[in-house]
Amino acid sequence: MFLAQSSPFLKPGLSVSKMMMVVTLLMIPGIVTSIIVFGYGVLVNIILAIIFALAFEAIILYLRKRPVAVYLKDNSALLTAVIIGVALPPLAPWWLTFVGLFFAIVVAKQLYGGLGYNTFNPAMVAYAILLVSFPAEMTTYWQTPATLDGQSLSLLETLNFQLFGQLPAGMTIDALTSATPLDIVRTSVINGSATIDEIHAEGQAFGQFGGIGTEWVNLAFLAGGLFIMRKGLISWHIPISLLATLGFLSLLFGSFELDSNPSPLFHFFSGATMLGAFFIATDPVTASTTPIGRIIYGAGIGALIYIIRTWGGYPDAIAFAVLLMNMCAPLLDYYTQPRVYGHKVDERDNEESS
Amino acid sequence: MSLSSTLSHLWPFPGGIKLTSNKTLSNQQSITAAHLSQQLIIPLSQHIGQPADATVKVGDKVLKGQILGYAHGPVSAPVHASGSGIVTAIEEHLVPHPSGLSSLCVFIDTDGYEQWTDCSPLISTEQNISELSNEQINEQIANAGIVGLGGALYPSAVKLRTAEKMHTDTLVINAAECEPYITCDDVLMQRRPEEVILGIMLIKKIVGAKQCLIGIEDNKPEAYQALLETISGYNSETHIEIIQVPTRYPAGGEKQLIQVLTGKEVPTQGLPMDIGIICHNVTTAAAIYHAVYRGEPLVSRIVTITGGAIKHPQNMEVPLGTPIRDILNQAGMDESKIEKIIMGGPMMGFSLPSIDTPVTKATNCILVSKKGELDTPPPAMPCIRCARCSDSCPMSLLPQQMYWYAKARDLEKVQDYNIFDCIECGCCSYVCPSDIPLVQYFRYAKTEIWDDERERNKSNIARDRHEFREERLEKAKAAKAEAARIRKQKLAKKKALNDQKPLEEAKSSDRKKNPDKPDSADLIQEAIARAKAKKAQQQSKKKNTDNLTEAQQKKIDEINERRRKRSEDKKSAT
Repeated sequence: MFLAQSSPFLKPGLSVSKMMMVVTLLMIPGIVTSIIVFGYGVLVNIILAIIFALAFEAIILYLRKRPVAVYLKDNSALLTAVIIGVALPPLAPWWLTFVGLFFAIVVAKQLYGGLGYNTFNPAMVAYAILLVSFPAEMTTYWQTPATLDGQSLSLLETLNFQLFGQLPAGMTIDALTSATPLDIVRTSVINGSATIDEIHAEGQAFGQFGGIGTEWVNLAFLAGGLFIMRKGLISWHIPISLLATLGFLSLLFGSFELDSNPSPLFHFFSGATMLGAFFIATDPVTASTTPIGRIIYGAGIGALIYIIRTWGGYPDAIAFAVLLMNMCAPLLDYYTQPRVYGHKVDERDNEESS
Repeated sequence: MSLSSTLSHLWPFPGGIKLTSNKTLSNQQSITAAHLSQQLIIPLSQHIGQPADATVKVGDKVLKGQILGYAHGPVSAPVHASGSGIVTAIEEHLVPHPSGLSSLCVFIDTDGYEQWTDCSPLISTEQNISELSNEQINEQIANAGIVGLGGALYPSAVKLRTAEKMHTDTLVINAAECEPYITCDDVLMQRRPEEVILGIMLIKKIVGAKQCLIGIEDNKPEAYQALLETISGYNSETHIEIIQVPTRYPAGGEKQLIQVLTGKEVPTQGLPMDIGIICHNVTTAAAIYHAVYRGEPLVSRIVTITGGAIKHPQNMEVPLGTPIRDILNQAGMDESKIEKIIMGGPMMGFSLPSIDTPVTKATNCILVSKKGELDTPPPAMPCIRCARCSDSCPMSLLPQQMYWYAKARDLEKVQDYNIFDCIECGCCSYVCPSDIPLVQYFRYAKTEIWDDERERNKSNIARDRHEFREERLEKAKAAKAEAARIRKQKLAKKKALNDQKPLEEAKSSDRKKNPDKPDSADLIQEAIARAKAKKAQQQSKKKNTDNLTEAQQKKIDEINERRRKRSEDKKSAT
């Protein structure tokens, strides 16, 4: 007679698709700043990434005999694509994006079972694979930030370079690009060629408060991130514990050796820290889910970022830190279950020992 | 009182959600009386426990308030006629149940006179309740068929008797009514606060609680004021405190309300009584008032009739057994707009299988929604592990993990994640962005576990019975051997005697004439024993159908009947 349905009969209308879309839209301040600082390459990267992501997603969904339209509309591939687009070097050739998205969507996501079933953050799998496979392209194609007086390309020139590898006459890639602040600091400090103060004096790495150029990008991502946190789309646990740990460690080691350790502010506002803290580490599928688990998860990423940035072999560390903690998520979930109403605190321990 | 209530400290409960209450639809008007229906359909089971035994026959004339069925067994409650008239049938009829089950109902054709049976109040409002003994009050409550009207439907007298024996220091009265749309408790407190308070005092006296806390959500200021004014008419010795709790679903869950008011948690698998608390609903308190001060059994209740497809949303005092269709018509149901008809609230209620079911003691609200008012979730998407479910769980469970294991039918794992602490409030399903019907999965897992347990119990019983039988056969065998040995001995003795006696024929004819001679008696005994053993063996073969309850026997009979018919059909077909 009437439609039978099990309670509850109320739904607030928040869907996965809407969540993903809102998170993607709140990356726009960061993206715009990124384009201003690093040129049109960022935009080209993002657009290429979106096209590749949707194409791969559609093909593999079709092959897996899943409803293509339903899953394309969940916007998860879109979010992955935008994150990869922002994370890649601004002047990355098109095939780098192509390979990245193949690994992200096809291997890391769909081969694991699609949305909700992947163990590793697809965007970070792609980034890590590209970094390991194509270290030169991944580290040298960073356009000199606009805040330094470097040469820049128009949109068409950028497209021409990224798609066909052709630069306008008289321009070289070396002239266009420069090492990132994190890279400068890391190589100088590891080689012992310069102290923090000397790097400061050179004026190539440190900006107003963070890494030159990247500080503004990070600030914009921080703004967007705080907004999604306020909207309740992500919980505070992961970003806050991540930043707190990163800040604490840089402060701790910085207080021992001021010469070779940049300040917490530099760590916060260079590289992809804010993008990582608010938009990457908070990917629900691959993160821990319990409150305490999320705090440990965030702290773990924060600590790994500091360790890899300071002593590791790669300039930035978000991808590896996130992937390493992805592995721990199930374990964290299991061991940090909250105490259930009416249960005693040590019940689980008793059960295990008995 | 107001001072102490502002001073009292409240504890938060984890999780929970904010909901649009939609209560003003129905809580502004006074309580209307339902028109008397031509036919009342009164189920004999309107409570937890055994159904009542019908005491009337078809053709009997009954008066309003007259008993129709006595409580059957220790956990049961009687049911009463909610109108005067003639019993026209006692048969199965569809009742309001999520699975659309039928149950035995007494059909009464009302005569319209509304003639009451003799009501004998225990006490009048002028008297002091200390004149009554607890047993007197309890007896009256039991006879009035009062059950937990907050939704549990547990016979109140049984609960009160248990609480009386245990050390109960706090009585919590649940007046939170946290589900959207429902306002029957709200209007009861607004319009009849006296009944509520007097009922509470009776409960408090029985359980011997030192204090009473009435928990009411702060979205019901009128009801709060009404209770406050009533209570101020009594001296402060009553130790009744009315406490406004923040409006957040499910603050009215028994466990959550206890946590908010006292900071204590009911132990898992336990009862509030285990921590010295007993919880009753306001409507139950009012029903107890009616039973004790007016001698009226529970024959009606207040029902909220609300929703977008109802022209005049309101609260109605409805005689139990009134067909839901009648009250919906009275409230102006717009048939063209109807989308869903739900009994209870939108968070925990269920779709009614039909509106030709009767109002029962459990019917607190009928929600008739128009299109777009409630939600029909789209097909579920995969879980993205966003943990909104666990963040909203008032029991601090991990619904997402329970979902995985319930889906995989890993019933052991799902119990490790404490599925039986789930109160099915629906918060997790509500917040799930993937529209996964989580609560439905948990109900499924719970029933599967219960089912498994029943199976296990059954096989345990069968095994026990088998072992018992083996043991008995063993014993019988031993006894037989023993008897044979004795017989042999006797025979040997006899032979020895006979050898001494030369006249053997005389002896044998003697035996025929005197059957009560010891040796022949032995033979008879032996034959009886053999027959008994055989019988026992035969009986024990029927082990599966031993110890059946009446209902089970009935079912088996039905099945046998069906089988017989089928085989007959087959025969006739061939």
